[in-house]
Amino acid sequence: MSGGQPRMVTSAERLRRLLALVPYVVSRKVVSLSEAAAAFDMTERELIDDLNLAWCVELKAPEPYCPIDLSYEGGEITVSQAESIARPLRLAADEASALLVALRMLAEVPADGSAVGRLIAKIEGAAGASAAASSQVMIQVDSRSVRGLAAKVSTALGAGKRLHLRYYNHGRDETTERDVDPMRLLVVEGRTYLEGWCRRADGVRLFRLDRVIDLEVLDVPAEVPAEAEQKDVDAGLFRPSDSDERVELELAADARWVAEYWPCESVTELGEGRLRAVLRTPDTGWVRRLALRLGEDARVLAPAALADEVRAAAAEALALYT
Amino acid sequence: MSKRRTERLLSIVVLLLDSRRYLTAEEIRAAVRGYPDEHEAFKRMFERDKEELRELGIPLETGVNNALDEEPGYRIKKQDYELPEIRLEADEAAVLGIAARVWQSAALAGAAAGALLKLKAAAPPDSDQDDDKQSLGIEPRLTTQEPAFGALWEAVRDHRPVTFDHIASGRSTATRRELEPWGVVNWRGRWYVAGHDRARNAPRVFRLSRITGPVKMAGPAGSVTVPPDADVRELVKSWDVSPARDHTAVLRIRAGAGVGLRRWASEVAPDEAPGWDRVTVSFADVPWYADHLASFGPDVMVLEPPDLREAVIRRLKGVLA
Repeated sequence: MSGGQPRMVTSAERLRRLLALVPYVVSRKVVSLSEAAAAFDMTERELIDDLNLAWCVELKAPEPYCPIDLSYEGGEITVSQAESIARPLRLAADEASALLVALRMLAEVPADGSAVGRLIAKIEGAAGASAAASSQVMIQVDSRSVRGLAAKVSTALGAGKRLHLRYYNHGRDETTERDVDPMRLLVVEGRTYLEGWCRRADGVRLFRLDRVIDLEVLDVPAEVPAEAEQKDVDAGLFRPSDSDERVELELAADARWVAEYWPCESVTELGEGRLRAVLRTPDTGWVRRLALRLGEDARVLAPAALADEVRAAAAEALALYT
Repeated sequence: MSKRRTERLLSIVVLLLDSRRYLTAEEIRAAVRGYPDEHEAFKRMFERDKEELRELGIPLETGVNNALDEEPGYRIKKQDYELPEIRLEADEAAVLGIAARVWQSAALAGAAAGALLKLKAAAPPDSDQDDDKQSLGIEPRLTTQEPAFGALWEAVRDHRPVTFDHIASGRSTATRRELEPWGVVNWRGRWYVAGHDRARNAPRVFRLSRITGPVKMAGPAGSVTVPPDADVRELVKSWDVSPARDHTAVLRIRAGAGVGLRRWASEVAPDEAPGWDRVTVSFADVPWYADHLASFGPDVMVLEPPDLREAVIRRLKGVLA
């Protein structure tokens, strides 16, 4: 937020910021330096530089005059004169679209009630023609049944209630029952996840809602322990960790999609469309299933124990047919 | 340098917003500090300044005050410049904060942050809390790692045709495509562009992750017309549709296993072999379903139909090959 090295800002970016900063102060009549600096994600020093720059503007003709008058005495900013730029500049097409596309995605998640719809209408109204491009970018979030589950989770979050889940673990092909104290809904890459304190695992877990078989809001207050830490969604939900198993696969041309579908640590071309892919995972169960599905189009190169496990499973399955 | 340039640009904005008539380049030079005396140098600098102002979205208008004026002038109309009146309730301000955090790609994250600042500047929210930092229990994120996204977004926004190289599913070499893009869609977490393929003379859908190399503009802004009845979302959906499950299989599934398979079961009964269920399921096509069944290893066995049974056996033998 504040402190640190001054950032390089181009004159255009700085002008854009100033044209928002002046109306920001005008609409609030008086603002403290610290509050304005935080709102614009800049240091107080940078803020004062910007204020000085605006104050220094002088037009020479026809009569010399200073169109902007302001002060920041005692740590409080006031703008006494800035008639022409007292309102912010209109939203550009990119700005309106970035917000509207995000809001329409939010509108598909039944968690936020009416505020999303009202806000969309207001921004469309304010953006005018700039909003047009936004209708050409669309985000589809999950299916209707998942949205129904999200609505239940949202209810539980609002009421502070515990949830009971029947959850399908795809990698292990097993169903588990667990009580979860909900923390948040995450919508990442079009998929909705419940983040919560799992009382079975005694830790924070993510549950993909399209793998929830059944969900019940319990009449028990949720108790998320103080040590429960939210995932940093900006760092990616499934960041591989060093403790994860390193898996090396050789893929034939028909199985190249695998390297595209799962995030790989490295991908090497082996010629004739073949690939060597390296990935990391905390649970190799799904790799075993993947290798069985790919048949002769894939081979597990490492770890050796996993390669053995895959072959043993295939042999055992084949034995059923004899 | 940068400071003086910002000062000069801000001066032009204020001057032209205050003026009721068009001001010529010379009049602007006379009023604004920082322009050189030499004529050619001034012209170059003024051209760059105009361009920069327009890029920021400032509606710099050109025109003459009366028919006798030989040289066109410039002005900024207040009603074109100003963001219309907008006032947010506290809950709307909170949602706005969430929406502004959705994008993770630099360009769009920057655009969203810029919009947020303008809306915050327009009016304080109807509450004195810092509402845009709230979470409301939901955090959405969108990433656009595909390099093609930025150029396609611009092409769609500006109605421009594009060319790019694309590797079709199951192919290993790229083909050049010329597309009039109608829209960009995120479907099941993946980005697609849909539009009119000029060579095929038909609507087509392309997955962004299969576009290799740069996306190039192939025509001026405004040269693409999106047909009024084009439903881009439907195009992408129908392109990625799951085929109908019109085949039936009888499987032997270990009790407690194959949860994902049982979802499609029309009948589940205990098998004569203890510890197994006999499950009748519907499926769409043999190759795909055989792959899927093989992934369950020794927990699933196909009884019928024979072609599905053979395909699963072939897959399993492939693992051991």
